[in-house]
Amino acid sequence: MLSEKGAPDGENHGPRFAERAPDALNNPQLRRNFRRAMDGLMAKRAAQFPDPAYWAELRERGAAVKARALAKLPELLERLEAKLTANGVQVHWAETTEEANAIVLGILQRAGARTVIKGKSMVSEEMHLNAHLERHGIEAVESDLGEYIIQLAGETPSHIVMPCIHKNKDEISDLFAEKIPGLERTGDVDELTAAARRVLRERFANADAGISGVNFAVAETGTLVLIENEGNGRLSTTLPPLHIAVTGIEKVVEFLDDIPPLLALLPRSATGQPITTYVNMISGPRKVGEKDGPTAVHLVLLDAGRSRVYQDVELADTLRCIRCAACMNHCPVYTRVGGHTYNAIYPGPIGKILTPQLQGLDAAGDQPHASTLCNACAEVCPVKIPIPDLLVRLRREAVRPTETPATHLPVVKDGGAERSWNEALVWAGWRLVYTRPLLYRMVTRALAWGGNWVPAGAPLMRDWTKARAKPRFKPRTLHDLARERGYLNEVPK
Amino acid sequence: MSARANILGHLKAAPARPGPDLPPWTPPTYADKLARFRQMAEANHAEIHDVTAETWPERLATLLNNRGVGRLMVAPGTPRGDTLLRAAAQGVALPTLVPYDRAVEDLKDTLVHQVDAGLTGTRGAIAETGTLILWPTAEEPRLLSLLPPLHIAVLEEDTLHDTLAAVVRDQRWAAGMPTNALLISGPSKTSDIEQTLAYGVHGPKELIILLIKKGE
Amino acid sequence: MTTTNLAAMHTGAATPAARPDTVYFFGTCLVDMLYPEAGLAGMDLLRHAGVRVVFPEGQSCCGQPARNSGYFEEAREVARAQLDAFPGDIPIVVPSGSCAGMMKTHYPHLFEGDPDQPRAIAFAARVHELTAFLVNVLGVKLEDKGEPVTVTWHPSCHSMREMGVVEEPKALLRQLANVTLVENKRERECCGFGGTFAVRQTAVSTAMVSDKLASVRETGAGTLLSGDCGCLMNIGGHAEKVGDGTRCRHIAEFLMERCHAQ
Repeated sequence: MLSEKGAPDGENHGPRFAERAPDALNNPQLRRNFRRAMDGLMAKRAAQFPDPAYWAELRERGAAVKARALAKLPELLERLEAKLTANGVQVHWAETTEEANAIVLGILQRAGARTVIKGKSMVSEEMHLNAHLERHGIEAVESDLGEYIIQLAGETPSHIVMPCIHKNKDEISDLFAEKIPGLERTGDVDELTAAARRVLRERFANADAGISGVNFAVAETGTLVLIENEGNGRLSTTLPPLHIAVTGIEKVVEFLDDIPPLLALLPRSATGQPITTYVNMISGPRKVGEKDGPTAVHLVLLDAGRSRVYQDVELADTLRCIRCAACMNHCPVYTRVGGHTYNAIYPGPIGKILTPQLQGLDAAGDQPHASTLCNACAEVCPVKIPIPDLLVRLRREAVRPTETPATHLPVVKDGGAERSWNEALVWAGWRLVYTRPLLYRMVTRALAWGGNWVPAGAPLMRDWTKARAKPRFKPRTLHDLARERGYLNEVPK
Repeated sequence: MSARANILGHLKAAPARPGPDLPPWTPPTYADKLARFRQMAEANHAEIHDVTAETWPERLATLLNNRGVGRLMVAPGTPRGDTLLRAAAQGVALPTLVPYDRAVEDLKDTLVHQVDAGLTGTRGAIAETGTLILWPTAEEPRLLSLLPPLHIAVLEEDTLHDTLAAVVRDQRWAAGMPTNALLISGPSKTSDIEQTLAYGVHGPKELIILLIKKGE
Repeated sequence: MTTTNLAAMHTGAATPAARPDTVYFFGTCLVDMLYPEAGLAGMDLLRHAGVRVVFPEGQSCCGQPARNSGYFEEAREVARAQLDAFPGDIPIVVPSGSCAGMMKTHYPHLFEGDPDQPRAIAFAARVHELTAFLVNVLGVKLEDKGEPVTVTWHPSCHSMREMGVVEEPKALLRQLANVTLVENKRERECCGFGGTFAVRQTAVSTAMVSDKLASVRETGAGTLLSGDCGCLMNIGGHAEKVGDGTRCRHIAEFLMERCHAQ
């Protein structure tokens, strides 16, 4: 029935999360940069939701809007396509990031475009679009200040909303002085910003095409909603003669009325702003008589594994994500290791559930374990994605995949990738002991007697005692003490 | 099979799931919309000046002369643009008015490099977030509020709404969206460098709202 | 059961209940072997509050370690043993927000498609975290007989975010005249335990517990109290390893010692 085509090949092979983490952990500058940034973002978000009752009501609405849209996803995509087409927007469908790249390249080549200015788009990061265009002689310049900075540095985003959050001002000052011709090194943020404006203004003026992402696509009206603070998104979608938007198929919502609650949630959750400077709603190309705006608008709808995520009703909650990054801002793990440690397009809690589903468990089966399940992400998610439950579900798929009929693909690609006989045996033994009260009491008594003789170098204990003293088994268990103290074993008749 | 057919095929083959009913949500309302708008717009770094329908061009002239604005772009054929063009003809000491009167392709250098400010009307505003609503038209193009370093927007108090939800519903936006509908809340800004706010990164560095009070 | 329904159950603190005369006590496996005195103190507190406490000897573990490792079937069988061990329709009080959270918020989902699901749902509805039970159901009034001391509080992530227990333990501590409770500015941040996380992600876990201990030290309190022995084993174990003198104790033990010391 299904082919493996929907999911891109894993690109996350290489050192696992636990092996990558020490690099970041041992970089005090990076630790300070992230801690400071995340503390600020958490405080700003909290200030935007002072009334818990209103927050609860709003997020119920936001979650329901997205859940309802997902329940009708194929129908809404067809309606979106029909409406956009009627509005004069050309709609394209791509099963893989490779197909999406080919579509974008084709549009640009047919238009004779040589330079492209880009608004911020995580889907284009997923596609590695810039590299693809460069290989075909088309220059793509990032215009979001954060994206521009990391493009200059030859890096990848470390955060989905604030891509260069891992860099401090000094690092950016050095980078600009080195890369922007004629710029004296300056530590003044206004001057750095002005320098980027000067460079990018020319790029905007001369770009043959603009490429952007999409925050929400409204099926009812055929409207693409983009939010941003800088104005680069508006410029990318207004000044060049050609606009290509790329988006995941999960971004569609049914009605225009669905937008206000989502807009009330997204910037507040993301950066602690009541609203972004610009909300840009695009419903078509320049009409006859209009003086600006692109004369052609294209939308590329990308699957890249999403329709597979959609097959499982529980895991499909992942697709509610509106990419606000509140989960990573509040994640104690992300805060300490930063985005690059995840070695994935989407870092942090949402990445830990999305990456294994898009890339498969061979590539990213360890990611769901990079969590204490502290629930901080679930507490702040504006669309109520039960991230901790999905992390646990993916841990399960990695050791014991859900059974599916032979005609179907496994629920998650590379199910069982993390399975080990040792571990399975441990849990089988655990189950045996913990389901048989007499055996359990024999084992706990034995541990009470000899547990403290387990050497610090024993498996597991070795890892535990790297930073902690050995736990101490007590000579008498609570079972013993309860009985001695005269507590009843059962409710008297 | 096409990508379209495959994607839709996969989605349609997936187990059906019930779509939840939308739970109630009551967006806020404000007894004093203007006070809320003012507070939020100023928090967004917009500058608000109370003006009257009759004398706002003179007031604008003073404001712009004080700032040393030399060239102001306006939209001929719009009520606000025409008012200014008339005022200038009648001798109000406005900066040089540059009309946005042809396609961007023929005006790019002027727009990108040679104007200091742009003036637009507004369709209304949103009290909750201090937000201006603009629906650019053939006469009043999209870039007028974006490329010049200073954006001046004329707003009538009568057109204030509590929330985006209220205005989308009350004005039945879904019945017909323009090519581009815009919500603007303050000047262009970024905090990508160490979370330090900086204005004017790509769009206007300043936003001036000329507020025409009710019944004046 | 959908996650939406599960979410609706995440309101443990607000469960209204009439004052019962008998309750079950679920000690948890960690307390059973490593912190039995904390469990006993919890039972003694309940007894002092005037309820009869039953400790079924058939109890073992809530099943969370296996569930969180992805071994749902093993977790479910161990959970089923708990359903069997606590048959009466009376509250089940747990001296751990994490184990209580497992039983209250995850049992219904864990038994999805299992004939025992109705039993698991009924069981979940009877589960209470100890401090919330003392405050909300029993309305205990404590009398402090101890010397002046300054303490700080560590809420476990699951007690806060699965059981909704935030103010109750602090309310108990504030009843004690000679106890000064100082707030840890980062109290809501995870200590880095996370069960197998501590040994799977040693480096990150170490960074987290080290930061946690530093934030505790910043409060100036010499004693850290918590309602979860997993966190205590982690933070206390780290304090001991690095030679920090902070005492890490379960709140039940602390309350018993101050109010009912013999």
